[in-house]
Amino acid sequence: MRFFRGSSNQTADTATKPRMARRSSGVGELSRVLNSQPGLCVLDVGATSANNIRYFTDNGHKNYSEDLLRASFDPALRREDDSGNIVVDSKRFLEENLVYAPNLFDIVLCWNLPDYMEESLVRPTIDRLWSVMKPGGLLLAFFHTRDAGPDAPCYRFHVAGADMLEMQEIKLPVPGRPSERRSPRLQRVFNNRHIENLFRDFASIKFFLARDNIREVLVVR
Amino acid sequence: MDASESKDLAHIGKSVVIKGEVSGSEDLYIDGEIEGNIDLHNHSLTVGPNGKVKASISAKSIVVQGKVDGSLNATDRLDLRKSAIVTGDLSTQRIAIEEGAFLKGKVDIQKESGKGAASS
Repeated sequence: MRFFRGSSNQTADTATKPRMARRSSGVGELSRVLNSQPGLCVLDVGATSANNIRYFTDNGHKNYSEDLLRASFDPALRREDDSGNIVVDSKRFLEENLVYAPNLFDIVLCWNLPDYMEESLVRPTIDRLWSVMKPGGLLLAFFHTRDAGPDAPCYRFHVAGADMLEMQEIKLPVPGRPSERRSPRLQRVFNNRHIENLFRDFASIKFFLARDNIREVLVVR
Repeated sequence: MDASESKDLAHIGKSVVIKGEVSGSEDLYIDGEIEGNIDLHNHSLTVGPNGKVKASISAKSIVVQGKVDGSLNATDRLDLRKSAIVTGDLSTQRIAIEEGAFLKGKVDIQKESGKGAASS
């Protein structure tokens, strides 16, 4: 894996960002499942999206929203270890987030979370997602390819159709400076082997390559 | 809901703090702090931009501009405005979420025939 440390120095920008359309093979696969079975439980761990809530609830499914990337930047999760280094408390993160009964979700929309999340939270989060998914449930995640630089914009994703997404660049509040917003910085680029290792407890994994610097990964619990 | 257009509207100002059960038979606008339960039956509740509610809420329609920590049950419509910060499960027939609103929880649309669901 390649790591990009630190955070972006972009200045605050609170204006609403324009949306860009993008075809998604992974969303297409999920849509087939959503259209074939009623009353599914869907977990969206991206930024709150009215589009997504509408898309799933209009089709008779239950939608759960939890913005894990925003939650991971909570200053209260940061503490000093014995060496004086700032570390993220993954135990506390999972006490406050993704608190659900086991085997609840049929579909999880992970989006680009592993690419932008603090390193120490990625594995525990994926493990927790495994435990709250039903056997046979589907998880969709996006990973940058190695052509993406450390300033690759962080996007939120809105489902805009059976196999269409709208991408919108996001900026999150800077810890300790709530009036300032900054784009989350790409933390790492996973290669295929690392992705397979990340989802090693899942039953199967499928990769979709796209023209942009994104790999879509669909895993089966 | 536009509070100025409602004939019967109770108003909780931003300096008011209430702990306990809140119920009523008129519309309610909250800009203060409430901790407990809120039950307005067939009336509307608005949580203003300064409002902080830590309660289970049940009303005909609910508009959130402030902060809510608790479940929301709107028998008709639920509106999350762009400044809304909601942690809790939502149950309603129709829901509108403005861009910028934050939600951590479940959305369960209780549809009746011929009525729509989410919009933004």
